[in-house]
Amino acid sequence: MNAAKGIVSRAHPLWLAYVLHRLSGIGLAVFLPFHFWVLAMAMTAPARLDAFLAMTGAGVVKLAEFGLVFLLAVHMFGGLRLMALEWLPWRPSQKSLAAGAAAASFLIASLFLLKAV
Amino acid sequence: MTSKFLKVTIERGAAAKNAQQVFDVPAHESQTVLDVVSWIQQCADPTLSYRYACRVGMCGSCAMMVNGVPRWTCRTHISKVLDGNAVTIGPLRNLPTIKDLVVDMDPFFDKWVAAEGMHHGGRTREHPIAPVDEKSAARIEASAGIECINCSICYAACDTVAGNPEYLGPAALLRAWTLLNDDKDEGRDAILAAVSGKGGCHNCHSMGSCTAYCPNELDPMSAIAGLKRETTKSFLGRVR
Repeated sequence: MNAAKGIVSRAHPLWLAYVLHRLSGIGLAVFLPFHFWVLAMAMTAPARLDAFLAMTGAGVVKLAEFGLVFLLAVHMFGGLRLMALEWLPWRPSQKSLAAGAAAASFLIASLFLLKAV
Repeated sequence: MTSKFLKVTIERGAAAKNAQQVFDVPAHESQTVLDVVSWIQQCADPTLSYRYACRVGMCGSCAMMVNGVPRWTCRTHISKVLDGNAVTIGPLRNLPTIKDLVVDMDPFFDKWVAAEGMHHGGRTREHPIAPVDEKSAARIEASAGIECINCSICYAACDTVAGNPEYLGPAALLRAWTLLNDDKDEGRDAILAAVSGKGGCHNCHSMGSCTAYCPNELDPMSAIAGLKRETTKSFLGRVR
């Protein structure tokens, strides 16, 4: 209860962005050794790798892959955000312009995606 | 106001006999958090210790945690922070509590000194005054930074300070950034050395609580980002 109160009391956007970046980073760090272990099977146990790859057709694995791509995406954009924030001396108006440009490009990209689907 | 009385919980520190004490305080129009604390001390419990001076947001003495958020109690209307008719008031986070709502500010000011937060003059009275271009980008940064009144709100808000007691913290680093941008200050090398050390600016995770909660609407997070750039430039300059 106290922990929840502590989070609510300082849950402003930048703090939440920090938490998202940190949690996605931990998630990826946990995933990567497992990823390399599976890749290594191509050399050590190809039959086992094939059996493992057959599992990727299952819905739950596809869902997990979605989660993984989500983690990668938020971590990458979180990192880009941090670098832009810390290495470029933005003025508030420039930040608003950059955010607007990102939102506009996302909108246009989504329109193309909808047409493609 | 829904009730005539406010339910005010005062956090008097784990060591105190009443670690958390609840008071019923009469509610009034235009009542500040400091008014509430003062009423408790004057009418309910004279042993309650707290600190204030100017009551108008100039001195930086009365900062406390109000419902888990660091605030100037003199400039915070109780109606803005009430949860129903209840509020919890505690001593500032990240600093040792002396008694009740009074914290020891020594670590905070020691870090100002550690960040070279003092004036580094190179001129004597025989020299002309250093020319200051008030429209230059550096002076705009310095003019913003000198508005800091050392209330320690940013220091209490910072989770990096909470996790790393050696970290200089947002206020000391903002001070260093202000001096770095001040034409009258000649301590550039000393400042950059002080803020690039173990507890320096590169510890900052840009969580932004300092900037979010500064009552003077200053931006220590961006100041620390500026120090990160300047220390890196200075380091790369030395390597080359």
